[in-house]
Amino acid sequence: MNLEPTEEQRQIVATVRRFVREEIVPLEAKLDPDASELPPEDFARLTAQVRAMGFWGLDIPGEYGGAGVDLVTRTLMAVEMSQHRAGLYVPCYGVFGTAGLAQLYEATAAQKERYLMPMLRGEKRGFFGLTEPSGGSDPARAIRTRAVKDGSDWVINGSKIFISGADRAHFGLVFARTDADKGRGGITCFIVDTDMKGFHVRRVVHTLRSSSYATELQFEDLRVPEGNVLGEIGKGFAIANDRLTRQRIPYAAACIGVAVKAQAMAIDYAKQRETFGAPLATRQAVQWMIVDNEIDIQTSLWLTLAAAHKADRGEPYRMEAGMAKLVATEAGGRVVDRAMQIHGGYGMTKDLPFERWYREMRIRRVGEGPNEVQRHVIARDLLGGGLR
Amino acid sequence: MSIRMTKPWIELTPAAMATLPGQLGVYQLADAEGRVVYIGAAGGRTLFGLRSELERALAERPAGATRFRFEVNQQYTTRHLELLMLHVADHGSLPVVNATDPPPRLGRLSPL
Repeated sequence: MNLEPTEEQRQIVATVRRFVREEIVPLEAKLDPDASELPPEDFARLTAQVRAMGFWGLDIPGEYGGAGVDLVTRTLMAVEMSQHRAGLYVPCYGVFGTAGLAQLYEATAAQKERYLMPMLRGEKRGFFGLTEPSGGSDPARAIRTRAVKDGSDWVINGSKIFISGADRAHFGLVFARTDADKGRGGITCFIVDTDMKGFHVRRVVHTLRSSSYATELQFEDLRVPEGNVLGEIGKGFAIANDRLTRQRIPYAAACIGVAVKAQAMAIDYAKQRETFGAPLATRQAVQWMIVDNEIDIQTSLWLTLAAAHKADRGEPYRMEAGMAKLVATEAGGRVVDRAMQIHGGYGMTKDLPFERWYREMRIRRVGEGPNEVQRHVIARDLLGGGLR
Repeated sequence: MSIRMTKPWIELTPAAMATLPGQLGVYQLADAEGRVVYIGAAGGRTLFGLRSELERALAERPAGATRFRFEVNQQYTTRHLELLMLHVADHGSLPVVNATDPPPRLGRLSPL
């Protein structure tokens, strides 16, 4: 398998790298170290630049106006786009556009008109409401939010937790149990407008990722029209599985990008910082940390690119995407940790981006499916069906 | 856990400034009637954290502020937004000074 980038991909990478270094990094010098948004005027200016480059909407299918790039190119771009302080969770502060909720691409024409298209135009925001206080890794069993048919409406009662962006959203996807006896087959996905009576954002949930918060939601007799069922009744988990698998690859790539940047900073520092009359780079302890970093980076990169190549060839790639997510998130954490160690006291300060990367990288092992669940899914693929 | 800030108010005086920490966090300013007039945060770019911010408040006394209270909090960004949302939920609007420069797209809370 040839994983070397093409000439066109090399040019794209160089363009994105220049954009990050010349446009994003200088702005960050003026922002709070925990900022997750650009000032509106900078956001508008840079979004226009990205549109002019033809890169806006990287994760939006071409037929919906997105850039329509293949997954290998997307991966290479993601590695570059994350190489700044906020890059792990908000690469380039979102000026390349976001795909929003992948499930909406499977919506009816009327639902797309009302929710998907305004979301892609940036006029509406959505949230993804799956995890509940009773659990998130096994939602099929953990979901206790109930939806009961009443005339032509569904009435939803229950709660959700760790939901990002619900307090600022216009609508959201809420997974609720419509059949108590059917386990996974008893879950239905509803599109819920946040101005509906009975929709409550009860509290902010603070996390390690102090640049952004999650929320806890409560639904009290929330009445949703039948037309807001997304997909089929009882098939909430069947929606957009392929798109969700696809998202794990840029998720892994962002971890690699941060690791690449941390490693570059560690190498620079090790060469210039002297202790006991010689640069840190001459010390075997530091050399080995840098070597181990590079092994972690290269391992993650090749695994992630291999998954992306397989997806682009149209072959099943769920297992490879899970491996990429798993390896890149764990390797990324180790690389940032070693880079901090090499930087000593400065590595712990908010003057440098490491402390933010350190906190946020820890979340990546849990987000987008905990790594233990990834291992569980990979085991099922390796060992065959019948395993639960 | 109380999500509202409930610490006792402190008079906004030069003597009080000397006791303030240089750490990061959030704070509220109130007028003589006890109305919260401003909710602020001392972020990672402040020179001496809460002390810098509150010394500025002492010098400027925005909206006639006479007292303050604070929390040392590393999660100053999200706590600041939470306090602003709580104020809107409790009073229907932002504090008078924050209302002159509102944060873009502040969320909505309906706390119990």
